[in-house]
Amino acid sequence: MKKCQYERPLIQRLNVGLMNKFGTRTEYVPFTHIDGNSIKALLAAYGSPLFVISEATIRQTLRDAQRAFRTRYPKVQFAWSYKTNYLNAVCCVFHQEGSWAEVVSGFEYQKALKNGVPGNKIIFNGPDKTVGELELAIKNSSLIHIDHLDELYMLKELCMKLELKARVAVRVNMDTGVYPIWDRFGFNYENGQAWDAINKIMLSDMMDLCGLHCHIGTFMLTPSAYAVAAYKMADLALGVRQKFNRSIQYIDMGGGFASKNTLKGSYLPGVDVSPSFDQYAEAITTAILNAGFGESELPMIVLETGRALVDEAGFLLGTVIANKRLGDGRRATVLDFGVNVLFTSFWYDHKISPAQDFSRYTEDTVIFGPLCMNIDVVRENVPLPPLNRGDHVVVHTVGAYNLTQWMQFISLRPAVVMIDMNDQLHIIRERETMSSVEKDERLPDYLTGFKL
Amino acid sequence: MKIKRNIAVSDSGFVFNPTTGESFSTNPIGLEIIMALKSHQGPAQIQASILDRYTTDQVTVEKDLSDFFDMLARLDLLEQDEKNQD
Repeated sequence: MKKCQYERPLIQRLNVGLMNKFGTRTEYVPFTHIDGNSIKALLAAYGSPLFVISEATIRQTLRDAQRAFRTRYPKVQFAWSYKTNYLNAVCCVFHQEGSWAEVVSGFEYQKALKNGVPGNKIIFNGPDKTVGELELAIKNSSLIHIDHLDELYMLKELCMKLELKARVAVRVNMDTGVYPIWDRFGFNYENGQAWDAINKIMLSDMMDLCGLHCHIGTFMLTPSAYAVAAYKMADLALGVRQKFNRSIQYIDMGGGFASKNTLKGSYLPGVDVSPSFDQYAEAITTAILNAGFGESELPMIVLETGRALVDEAGFLLGTVIANKRLGDGRRATVLDFGVNVLFTSFWYDHKISPAQDFSRYTEDTVIFGPLCMNIDVVRENVPLPPLNRGDHVVVHTVGAYNLTQWMQFISLRPAVVMIDMNDQLHIIRERETMSSVEKDERLPDYLTGFKL
Repeated sequence: MKIKRNIAVSDSGFVFNPTTGESFSTNPIGLEIIMALKSHQGPAQIQASILDRYTTDQVTVEKDLSDFFDMLARLDLLEQDEKNQD
């Protein structure tokens, strides 16, 4: 007699008429393939856990964003935000699609140069730019976004020393109706700091004010905040034209577009509440088009959005280590990856799918990582079908910030694989090894050898 | 180990405790185990029956049965005097 498929016995209390705080069930079919590659085969080939990047998803997402803006406005330029994901393969996909580079440190600047981005297509943001880094940026005609007056004066001094003119933009912060206001970067609009900085630059013959820049927040769920920001940026640009008879070449609206992830504490899932590229584009382009620029002097719109462009292209594949029952009766499942590699689990309720067949029964489950640390919680509560030791799971929408903010902590970091446009696999970052982690460590001679 | 006598169980896995008014849902194998307990089968007998009918192994069944019995006790579905025996 043929035996039946086994499933762990489970029983759950039904809470009729009450809101289920664990959320609704979202998984109905197993997630078995990414771009034609089976999860099982990927894990067998590269080990578990494993990050997978879909090149097709990156290109499609960027093209969607470009379409949303370019159908509404004549001059649009995307610049890839390196800090969101600076694996060279990922950056180069964006550059192949026409994105410039947006960097926030000397390290990222060097990475962009190494990737082949021309110096004059690099936007240099961030509050910490050293003298050496600024010198290089001036020589390369990069777009230097000035964050504070100390930087402005340092830049002026350097330009005098080098006898070169720097291409700069003023970084502006402002009240857009979204709180808390991000006022730590750049110069404030409302109190006149930004206008003051613009005047200082315009009256100096050592700097060429090419643009104005703002970055109003992160995971912005309100497109109208961008409209407010765009009006204020346009107001400054028109002020420059009126006072100095000079046109500002570009308005950089920064990043901050939300991805489809679900923020912790959000009542509705991210796919339902995150605005589309069209909504952001409508808010920004309408504000600038209606601001009062003549047709020939419309500034180029620069966009540095990172998260919304790459988050959905990233997947984290892993394996169940164990199941257990917590003291209060809740089901807990331990996976072979934790907050050390999935940093964004501190912010999001990530969608997690089983990668093999399962029944329609689910259990409210706490998902723990493998770290011997109490903070290692991947999901506090998620309704999942019974998972067995050795089963595979897929975490969705992990392409942004995990591969830059992950930690080598307690265990080694996994490999990263990219699936190309023909569904072929390429390893783009090797799994860490003991020697790769220890290569920069030095053990003083007197500490070698001991008796226990 | 005995399931409380007044616990009602439907064919679809709907479990009702008339004393407390609470209702529960169990999967097919859970239903089988509850029905086996109702017909006075012991843990060893239930384990053997599962091993005989399903593609699994002894360690898994032992572990899962222990967890399931623990849940039945937590949900107050076992006879009080029986609950403390295992």
